[in-house]
Amino acid sequence: MSDAPTPKPAAQAAGRAGMKKELPEHFKAYRHVWVAVELERGQVHPVSFELLGEGRKLADKLGVDLAGVVMGPPGEETNQAIREAFAHGADLAYLVEDPILRDYRNEPYTKALTDLVNAYKPEILLLGATTLGRDLAGSVATTLKTGLTADCTELAVDADKSLAATRPTFGGSLLCTIYTLNYRPQMATVRPRVMAMPERVERPIGRVIAHPLDMREEDIVTKVLNFIPDGQSNKVNLAYADIVVAGGMGLGSAENFQLIRNLAATIGADFGCSRPVVQKGWMPAERQIGQTGKTIRPKLYIAAGISGAIQHRVGVEGADLIVAINTDANAPIFDFAHVGIVTDAVRFLPALTDAFARRLSPHNHDKLAG
Amino acid sequence: MHIIVCIKQVPDSAQIRVHPVTNTIMRQGVPTIINPYDLFSLEEALRLRDQHGGEVTVITMGPPMAEDALRKALTFGADRGVLLTDRYFAGSDTLATSFALASAIEKIGQLYGRPDIVFAGKQTIDGDTAQVGPGIAKRLDLLQLTYVAKVSAADPGKSEITVERRAEGGTQILKTRLPCLITMLEGSNEMRRGTMPDALRAARAEIVTWSAADAGIEDLTKCGLRGSPTVVKHVFAPSARQDKATMVGEAGDLPRDLADKLLDDVFTRQPAILIAMSALSSL
Amino acid sequence: MIEEKFDAIVVGAGMSGNAAAYTLASRGLKVLQLERGEYAGSKNVQGAIMYASMLEKIIPDFREDAPLERHLVEQRFWMMDDTSHTGMHYRSDDFNEERPNRYTIIRAQFDKWFSRKVKQAGATVLCETTVTELIRNTEGRVIGVKVDRAGGAIFADVVVLAEGVNGLLGTRAGFRETPKAESVALAVKEMHFLPEEVIAQRFGLSGNEGCVIEAAGTFSQGMTGLAFLYTNRESISIGVGCLVSDYARTMESPYALLEQFKNHPSVRPLLKDTEVKEYAAHLIPEGGYKAIPQLYGDGWVVVGDAAQLNNAVHREGSNLAMTSGRIAAEAIFQVKSRRDPMTAENLRLYKTMLDESFVIKDLKKHKDMPALLHTNSQNFFMTYPQLMSAAAQNFVRVDGTPKIEKEKATLSSIVKARSRFGMVSDAVRLAFAWR
Ligand SMILES: Cc1cc2nc3c(=O)[nH]c(=O)nc-3n(C[C@H](O)[C@H](O)[C@H](O)COP(=O)(O)OP(=O)(O)OC[C@H]3O[C@@H](n4cnc5c(N)ncnc54)[C@H](O)[C@@H]3O)c2cc1C
Ligand SMILES: Cc1cc2nc3c(=O)[nH]c(=O)nc-3n(C[C@H](O)[C@H](O)[C@H](O)COP(=O)(O)OP(=O)(O)OC[C@H]3O[C@@H](n4cnc5c(N)ncnc54)[C@H](O)[C@@H]3O)c2cc1C
Ligand SMILES: Nc1ncnc2c1ncn2[C@@H]1O[C@H](COP(=O)(O)O)[C@@H](O)[C@H]1O
Repeated sequence: MSDAPTPKPAAQAAGRAGMKKELPEHFKAYRHVWVAVELERGQVHPVSFELLGEGRKLADKLGVDLAGVVMGPPGEETNQAIREAFAHGADLAYLVEDPILRDYRNEPYTKALTDLVNAYKPEILLLGATTLGRDLAGSVATTLKTGLTADCTELAVDADKSLAATRPTFGGSLLCTIYTLNYRPQMATVRPRVMAMPERVERPIGRVIAHPLDMREEDIVTKVLNFIPDGQSNKVNLAYADIVVAGGMGLGSAENFQLIRNLAATIGADFGCSRPVVQKGWMPAERQIGQTGKTIRPKLYIAAGISGAIQHRVGVEGADLIVAINTDANAPIFDFAHVGIVTDAVRFLPALTDAFARRLSPHNHDKLAG
Repeated sequence: MHIIVCIKQVPDSAQIRVHPVTNTIMRQGVPTIINPYDLFSLEEALRLRDQHGGEVTVITMGPPMAEDALRKALTFGADRGVLLTDRYFAGSDTLATSFALASAIEKIGQLYGRPDIVFAGKQTIDGDTAQVGPGIAKRLDLLQLTYVAKVSAADPGKSEITVERRAEGGTQILKTRLPCLITMLEGSNEMRRGTMPDALRAARAEIVTWSAADAGIEDLTKCGLRGSPTVVKHVFAPSARQDKATMVGEAGDLPRDLADKLLDDVFTRQPAILIAMSALSSL
Repeated sequence: MIEEKFDAIVVGAGMSGNAAAYTLASRGLKVLQLERGEYAGSKNVQGAIMYASMLEKIIPDFREDAPLERHLVEQRFWMMDDTSHTGMHYRSDDFNEERPNRYTIIRAQFDKWFSRKVKQAGATVLCETTVTELIRNTEGRVIGVKVDRAGGAIFADVVVLAEGVNGLLGTRAGFRETPKAESVALAVKEMHFLPEEVIAQRFGLSGNEGCVIEAAGTFSQGMTGLAFLYTNRESISIGVGCLVSDYARTMESPYALLEQFKNHPSVRPLLKDTEVKEYAAHLIPEGGYKAIPQLYGDGWVVVGDAAQLNNAVHREGSNLAMTSGRIAAEAIFQVKSRRDPMTAENLRLYKTMLDESFVIKDLKKHKDMPALLHTNSQNFFMTYPQLMSAAAQNFVRVDGTPKIEKEKATLSSIVKARSRFGMVSDAVRLAFAWR
């Protein structure tokens, strides 16, 4: 890179931070917003739709097209992914279709996406911050030598049409807005459930631009020996549950988490916990909610015996209604919960389960209506 | 086997405070720790070394005090620490960080033997991008295995490795060639407690300290702020919600009455919840 | 096992341990210091007053790089009842001297700095390593320690026990008894963060000037207790401490007392809009001279809080800790220089030297104070503050009552609350204990 011919000390270079230079000539052709549609084992990850919803807004603001990028093996599942991209707002789709892409592997996916970018030059490229998206985004950004803002919570287009990507930093204590001013594409990843799910509108498949992968299986070093799907029984889809009940250290013992499971079963909720509960071994790691666990966005979130530390808060703030139960009237969770009860959760949860059961009981439809 | 582990010293974010007026991080008194995710990678590296023989080198890029993180890694049993420190690295984003680390790793390879595996943490708790690992892999042209839950088999003789990798909706069993870059999933192992001889050795060890030039970096425009395509424009505190929770119930309420009051409140606010619940409920 | 043998092992990296390790290492001894905390200071209660002259004796030029918060120019003593305080207030520009006498410090940072000095002096410092046991030879002489790490037996000529107030190792080894509930105070403390400018404005300080408030009164519910407030650069340390035996007797919680103190109308405005970050609880030895245990033995010495060297009356601890650590090290160095073995007989030198220092002299002076304050705590911490406040208010309030009647009222309220004889005897006993 030779954008700074005379080496300046770093301290001076700092002055450059806020400066927007004239975009280098070769980047001027970069236009349109792309969303990588994440397809793994025939399943489109819902985060892709959330991103299409967000991408739509950015594209409209910029007056450009929104494209869904689909990479997968030939077949109905890939077709379906394209259809879904259109149904969630894409104007067009890019497609790399090859049997090699049946399972996610870094090498062929990096090549597929990098080739597409080089060939069709998007100005913004969004991916889900999933295991697949994060694995892929870093490789692609490094290959393209462009900027990547990871785990964004807010995306916007500013006055001079740059992508303003806002993300938490320092464990959620602060937010920062990051720009990729002088390089293209501007890449960002977003965690599942951070953006709202757009409405699905069935539409015919529009323009699809196919691009070859140009790779042979023999060229690929990494082999998938097997794929073991998560068993149906312990499959945790917490992030997408409509109702979530969670317990924290305030419950005091592993046994008391049965109260959480009972309540969850009664009201059809999924259940989770705070981090120290996982560290204690009272719940498995995939049930952890928060910064280093799952982000949830349910209609109702009931938190029992959780203090509401910032790292927990960032994972639940998207919930429509937060109910907190805590013995400490000054617990920080009451700062962001909507409804609070100061009481001993261990004594209260059975009563709450019971009360829900009474309202939900089919014999109680009069009450249900009232 | 020569294994290199990238670790980062980070402020313990549980103890970070934001200055109420200036909105800047108050680092005063905030302890620093080794990025917790890096410990899973370090432990896996130590295990592989114990199994197959060889050496573990830990590397960090950071201010001079990041030496403490390396020394701690030596306490756990790592063999050598390399500190990459230079004002030219200040303000690095993930791209510039991976450039500097990749350059230094190459240098380490020349001096102490080519690495068979480079480990990085899944992500950091301050940067929290999970991009530096993949960035290093790309720059060094290493095969990349992220979110590894288990190293099932490693055969340095045949240059092969098999791992279980966490994917969306399942576990991939992947086999690839060495050298490669691995990031370990949290909870995949438990960091050992270093022995007294290791602790004593660590307390006195010479930490290899390199400037950009020492690490063989010639093109300083790829380092620090200048090598970083991303630009942090502003930093601000999350806006606090003005209204606090509405408190339900009074001191003397029986749990049963309290529960009923709560339900009244919830269902009045969001009638839709009752409908959703009725659909989902087992009753 | 580790073959290597050290001249001295220092257990603990608090004030006393650091002073000892630094002094030993800078005199060329081969020193191993073991600390159970993550780093020196990590287990130590933050925010404190540090006395310069004792540190100067160890590191004369410490002001160049030690993390000092503010130097103290002002001291307030408050006697409080529930709504008022009666105070004494001393402030002097003389304290704005070139080498100020007292500083506020934050222990976590200060101890880290001190520990760096210890390393620079040549000692080997291992943190996150807890000494679990003293190793003794067949004659009972301490010859090393065991730690909670694999392969963790390590040997030395002498072990310096600088393990702080709990002093588990020493008690387990039978060198001393567990401190009694009536001779340790439990202090709880919080750090409140505030911008520097606000602190300056609130306490009338400029530059690095600092202020201390010490208070006693009804918030301690008649227990032997003191509250304190120190200004740091960007924070305020505030806490209360009461004797453990009093908590046990009254079933009060230290946090409740701290809340009481914080919510006192004289204190609350000082804490307005602060952000509380750290809580800590820690014991303070308050038994004074009479509680000092055996200070040395075959192959060991004990320093600092572990030896109960703490002046509760003057709220001094770290200076006694530093001084005892330094003196123990100097004694060890002398024995070592003479190539004598580290026997009890030779290590008695430490006690001899300590007796000559302010440490023992001060503690001896106030030897009866702890017991007095304890047995009469109801009067000293409940009745007198109330009386004082009532008297002051009566004096200040202008309401048309003739002055002569006011004085009578004050006197009679005092007599009613505490018999004249009782007051006089308290005063006499206090004077004697102080003497
Ligand atoms: C880098 C990093 C990442 C982190 N990531 C996460 C994360 O993803 N998710 C997460 O949750 N945390 C995370 N944490 C931890 C977080 O900082 C908090 O420590 C954690 O959320 C606290 O969990 P808790 O509320 O269950 O426990 P505590 O903080 O111990 O709170 C327990 C609460 O229960 C209340 N209580 C006690 N008894 C009862 C009772 N009988 N009935 C009702 N209430 C009672 C108490 O008043 C208290 O408020 C992270 C920390 C760090 C440093
Ligand atoms: C709230 C409060 C306020 C105070 N304010 C002041 C003040 O303003 N001014 C003042 O002069 N004094 C003050 N003191 C007293 C002062 O803090 C102590 O007297 C002083 O810290 C004693 O130093 P030390 O080295 O003996 O013990 P400590 O500082 O307690 O150090 C002991 C160290 O040993 C370590 N340790 C213990 N056991 C082991 C083991 N088995 N293995 C390895 N390591 C071990 C501990 O982790 C600790 O770091 C205050 C005390 C309290 C509690
Ligand atoms: N400054 C650094 N020095 C050494 N390793 C680093 C550094 N920054 C990041 N890493 C490594 O890259 C991983 C991912 O970091 P991040 O992309 O910041 O989430 C970390 O867990 C480390 O292993």
